[in-house]
Amino acid sequence: MGKEKSKSGPLARRPDNSAFKQQRLPAWTPMLTASTVLPSFYLLALICMLLGVWLLLTVQNTQEMKVDYTEAGSCNLCFEMRKNVSNAGQKCTCMIMFSIEKAFKGDVFIYYGLRNFHQNLRRYMDSRDDGQMLGRKSNLKSPSSYCKPFDVDEKGVPIAPCGAVANSMFNDSFILTYYTINGPTVVPLLRKGLTWYTDKNVKYRNPKMDNLTLPEVFEGTTRPPYWQKPVYQLDPFDPNNNGFINDDLLVWMREAAFPNFKKLYGFLYRANKPFTKGLPAGNYSVAISYNFPVQYFKGRKEVVLTTVSWFGGQNHFLPIAYLVTSGLILLTAVVLTVVWWKFGKDGKNMAD
Amino acid sequence: LYDNVCAVDVKANNRFNYNNAIRTSKYNIFTFLPLNLFEQFRRLANAYFLFLLILQMIPQVSSLSWFTTAVPLAIVLSITAAKDASDDINRHKCDKQVNNREVEVLIDGELKKEKWMDVQVGDIIKLENNEFVTADLLLLSSSEPLNLVYVETAELDGETNLKVKQALTVTGEMGDSIEALATFNGEVLCEPPNNCLDKFKGTLTVNGQAYSLDNDRVLLRGCTLRNTEWCFGLVLFGGPDTKLMQNCGKTVFKRTSIDHLMNILVLAIFGFLATMCAILSICNAIWEANEGSAFTMFLPREPGVSGSLSSFLTFWSYVIVLNTVVPISLYVSVEIIRLGNSFFIDWDRKMYYPKNNTPAQARTTTLNEELGQIKYIFSDKTGTLTQNIMTFNKCSINGKAYGKNNRGERVHILKDFLVDFSWNQLADSKFIFHDHSLVETVREGNPEAHAFFRLLALCHTVMPEEKKEGELIYQAQSPDEGALVTAARNFGFVFRSRTPESITVIEMGRKVVYELVAVLDFNNIRKRMSVIVRSPKGKTTLYCKGADTIIYERLHPSCSNLMKVTTDHLNMYAGDGLRTLVLAFKNLEENYMEEWRKRHNEASTAMEGREERLEELYEEIEKDMTLLGATAVEDKLQDGVPQTIEQLAKADIKIWVLTGDKQETAENIGYSCNILREEMNEVFIVAANTAGGVRRELQSARRKMCPDAAEEPSVIKARAGLFWLKKTETVQDEKVNGEYAMLINGHSLAFALEEDLELELLRTVCMCQTVICCRVTPLQKAQVVQLVKKYKQAVTLAIGDGANDVSMIKAAHIGVGISGQEGMQAVLSSDFSFAQFRYLERLLLVHGRWSYLRMCKFLRYFFYKNFTFTFVHFWYAFFCGFSAQTVYDEWFITLYNTVYTSLPVLALSLFDQDVNDRWSFQHPQLYAPGQQNLYFSKKAFVNLTVLSCYSSLVLFFVPWAAIHDTVRDDGKDIADYQSFALFAQTCLLIVVSIQMCLDTYHWTAVNNLFIWGSLAAYFAVTFTMYSNGIFVILPSAFPFVGTERNTLNLPNVWLTIVLTSLLCILPVVAYRFISMQIRPTINDKVVQEVLRDKKHTYLSTKPPQAIKVFLITRRSGYAFSHSKGYGDLVTSQRFLMMRPVKSQAMQFSHIAPTES
Repeated sequence: MGKEKSKSGPLARRPDNSAFKQQRLPAWTPMLTASTVLPSFYLLALICMLLGVWLLLTVQNTQEMKVDYTEAGSCNLCFEMRKNVSNAGQKCTCMIMFSIEKAFKGDVFIYYGLRNFHQNLRRYMDSRDDGQMLGRKSNLKSPSSYCKPFDVDEKGVPIAPCGAVANSMFNDSFILTYYTINGPTVVPLLRKGLTWYTDKNVKYRNPKMDNLTLPEVFEGTTRPPYWQKPVYQLDPFDPNNNGFINDDLLVWMREAAFPNFKKLYGFLYRANKPFTKGLPAGNYSVAISYNFPVQYFKGRKEVVLTTVSWFGGQNHFLPIAYLVTSGLILLTAVVLTVVWWKFGKDGKNMAD
Repeated sequence: LYDNVCAVDVKANNRFNYNNAIRTSKYNIFTFLPLNLFEQFRRLANAYFLFLLILQMIPQVSSLSWFTTAVPLAIVLSITAAKDASDDINRHKCDKQVNNREVEVLIDGELKKEKWMDVQVGDIIKLENNEFVTADLLLLSSSEPLNLVYVETAELDGETNLKVKQALTVTGEMGDSIEALATFNGEVLCEPPNNCLDKFKGTLTVNGQAYSLDNDRVLLRGCTLRNTEWCFGLVLFGGPDTKLMQNCGKTVFKRTSIDHLMNILVLAIFGFLATMCAILSICNAIWEANEGSAFTMFLPREPGVSGSLSSFLTFWSYVIVLNTVVPISLYVSVEIIRLGNSFFIDWDRKMYYPKNNTPAQARTTTLNEELGQIKYIFSDKTGTLTQNIMTFNKCSINGKAYGKNNRGERVHILKDFLVDFSWNQLADSKFIFHDHSLVETVREGNPEAHAFFRLLALCHTVMPEEKKEGELIYQAQSPDEGALVTAARNFGFVFRSRTPESITVIEMGRKVVYELVAVLDFNNIRKRMSVIVRSPKGKTTLYCKGADTIIYERLHPSCSNLMKVTTDHLNMYAGDGLRTLVLAFKNLEENYMEEWRKRHNEASTAMEGREERLEELYEEIEKDMTLLGATAVEDKLQDGVPQTIEQLAKADIKIWVLTGDKQETAENIGYSCNILREEMNEVFIVAANTAGGVRRELQSARRKMCPDAAEEPSVIKARAGLFWLKKTETVQDEKVNGEYAMLINGHSLAFALEEDLELELLRTVCMCQTVICCRVTPLQKAQVVQLVKKYKQAVTLAIGDGANDVSMIKAAHIGVGISGQEGMQAVLSSDFSFAQFRYLERLLLVHGRWSYLRMCKFLRYFFYKNFTFTFVHFWYAFFCGFSAQTVYDEWFITLYNTVYTSLPVLALSLFDQDVNDRWSFQHPQLYAPGQQNLYFSKKAFVNLTVLSCYSSLVLFFVPWAAIHDTVRDDGKDIADYQSFALFAQTCLLIVVSIQMCLDTYHWTAVNNLFIWGSLAAYFAVTFTMYSNGIFVILPSAFPFVGTERNTLNLPNVWLTIVLTSLLCILPVVAYRFISMQIRPTINDKVVQEVLRDKKHTYLSTKPPQAIKVFLITRRSGYAFSHSKGYGDLVTSQRFLMMRPVKSQAMQFSHIAPTES
């Protein structure tokens, strides 16, 4: 309607005859009719079934092996030792044997798993300073109060990286050995490139160097109390994997959503035989530098080996869920059809 | 009583300190913020969120950043504040404009211009024609004869006709003499400021003599001076003390039943919230004891916080996390929806009445959905069902009946049937008459016919207005009278002008000036009116018109034959539902007249017993009259009333007519508008004069209708409302076979409304299809409404047009005012207003139904989406050690209600329609679900809670199971908290959006835009907030950097989203489909029919509209609509200052017609 319409005369207050004001906007009115609902239920059941089968086949092709080493084998001793806090400084190594029945084909990933470790407690998750780990100089020297009580040590020296998350970083290390007929071969592991690109390049940065070395930059800070070595010595050989951008630190800093989780430790270096096609079947051992105490929180530790598909790691839930859903939809569809056949088909109920 | 003393001593210029400035604004610049915030925080919801905000400021408790509550709260507060501010700015502007108007004030013996706000009590001011009255004034003198002043009170009560005020003689003497006025010395003692527009009490003391003051002496602020050159007034009340401002007081807030239900639900939700938090904090205590204490190695407790204190703090933390069960945006959204739906009412062209350019108006914007739940309608008759336009339809002159019955053939009146009045140049062209013989009789010079019309031209209190030569406009106090005078005008007896002492009539083209000797005015007891006039020939005649029974008692016995014939005619007219009057005259002897006139003068100036003495005199002279004939005036029904009533009846709405009219009239109208029907089993009439009689009549009616009903009414007592404090009593409806109707007169109603009879009344009356209460007072109207409200727990609507309907309009849940003939009082106190009764059908069946539907859909969806959102946190608590960790990103929590999901649900609740208006009319039964509260009740609430509980289980555990033990295709992490948060919130948003799509029935472009736009906005905002740039600016506020790039590109995630959607939505679809097949609701049926109709559009494009012919049978009855007039004022002999009568005709009408 024209806005210029003069607002006088006998019909001055007559409302505009626009579709909007008269509530006559053109509209599409879909309805739940038998002809739309029933076919779509059957179709959805079919699609879910196909998806489920496809996913199941995919998942069947992946392999996974979990080795709980909390108290297993010689680790038992270390477990007992770590019960006593006063032994925290002592080293303890142990070894676990396991065998792989079927070769792991393709890329193999090695994880450490923790059970019953609550990285998702609210106060735990808050206990970090993203500004500090972004390399902000001001935050480096005066960490956020969220980091308390791991913000400064008893002498008032700021902790870098501060907070409970960094302090509790997982510090076991593994050496995987493959026992061939020719004798043991150390399985070569790549320990870099474990993190999201954004974490490595955006979220975490070392403080600006300005021709200083990393230890100089971190001068005036101290290591988190549970750490054995300061942050600038996490990987003294590779400046791109040291300080705040150390892969292990980054992996740990990405807190898990649930108390049982696994985190990437490294992946198989496939350049040399016999690992070019993955991990061959056979006997393996894993030597563990056993540092991380779990008995306090009734936790478990494990080493996980897995292969992946396009669909990610081994995960049987989705294929099974899709198959179950498909079955349920089919069942519902049949029920709906019966109901429609009995009540709605002739439209008797619908008649006024 | 008299505590406002205002002495006037102008000589000393002793001005009072009460000025006339008004302030309707609430705030000024400095007080706005504190006052407005205070006002807003008085609302429970806002206070609650303020409390939450304070909780979040406590670091030990804060589980969410402060902005999650602060941002929505700020948005809500600022929207409301902006609205309040703009309202207040407008008020400021108005105030300023009003306060700065200028008026002439008498200061120091001369007139000076002053601003309104500087005028003070005790000032004497001069007003000129067409000026607004500055303050409440005591009228001192005026330019008009008799010190009359004409005012229009449109601003005060909305009535546009002119009213007359008259100054006291003692002050009127002063005229416009400035010296006299400046030396005027008096003292006024009057009542304290109040809001009664039609009452004023006080005394003026001048020179030791006291004069009583009443409403006629006072000009009220808000009136406009008309047809008066100037007048002087003394300011009695200024500014806020004026009656206008006193009337601007508080209006009663009406709340809808959904509001009440919502309050109860919100309270229940608070309880639920407390329970959830208590459960979680107990779990937290257990967890802390078992696991948390062991974990202190990695996460030491804060100093001074033990395990038990920590679980106490957890309780409050969870109050914060789970607060979204009571969403802050709920109340704001509800207000927006109601406002939007009110605008649709304002904009509706089909409720616009072109004849007087009146669109429908939703004056209260908070009651819309209640319009869809009306169970009882209480309607006024005059002006509501009828047009209150009277047409002179028939007459009986000297035993001969004129006028043809044109009922039933109204549609095709042939042009030739109409009487041609072109011979009469002063005739009103709008007048229509259908009998040629009457004109011929008149033109032949039949003396009775002449006397008949002469009477009609003389005996009335109508004022003529002749703006242009020959263009007469009559200002009549009642439409009946106007119709009669107009009839006389067209038949050649044109009432041309009047002065206090004379009436000028053009009789068949000849000008005759009658001397007006006396007006014996109408009142409700006399039920007649007479004038005594002296013709130019010197003959003195009394002309009288009145109710048949009254006149017949006073006729000369010689008329008995004529009386019989006329009675027959009267019965016939009454049968046609016409209002009748009987006319008579009497020739008076000169001597007797002189003597009577002397006595009349004495009586009318008597200080004591004036009324009684005049009454005696009137009684004495109005006897032995000669019958002339009778008139029949048609009270026209409004267009479409019977059809509307039929439609509303089909929608199972009960219509009660409450009228001040006589029983016969009411019955007639009842039949003509189809609420009474011939085929009804019985129409009971309750007209007893004692309480016992009323009880007996009611009981016998009840036994007849429902013989096996229990003697004692079954009253279900229940408790409802907040904290179950409100006791309710409900009387169940009882099944009755057959259709019955009941008429109760006001007298019986008074007994029936007593405490011991009201239940009996209600039971009996509710068994009837139709109830008509006649001769009821405004108070009784309200009592009836309240009775039904109290015992039926049903939604009531009152519709009326006059001042007498105001009480019931205010008492009912919804008041509707007809903006029609009787002024605006009803409209001013109503919630909705429109010009014609028939629009009620559209208001209820279309707007009301849609509003209800939309509001219920909105509430159901709103609670669903918030519960689903919140319950996910509850499930997550079992995985995060009950530490009050949220599942979602804080920004998502902040924006979920305000941005991502608010617009689609608003679009739904503004545009959704199940079927369009045509089909709504076609199937009035669609209205029933609203009356039965089907769409949103406690049961529906429980259902949606269960559904959202299920959805939240799916939405938490499916993503959990899908990613808790898996990795990306490159072996990297996706089971981390941030990925899971993003994952869970995306699932949630997609599921609630699909649910929205499922609930949307009417997909307009806006719905599409909002739904898809909101989803797009979600992704856009998420990508922005998780982007590198914004992280670098504020690393601690946006720690989720990169999450979406690493998560949303995984097939795993999308497959899970699809799965959650299927699992959440398909059960709902299946349930709806099954219930539609097995137990289709009326909506489903109609929608199916629409669908079928669309397929067969070639058959018919329009649903067939039932055209029904309403048969009307003969009922006897008549009415006489009249109120006390100004007869004595016009003829008053007591005025001293006679000024030459102005050429311009005076014009006046009456204050507030009391007719109903």
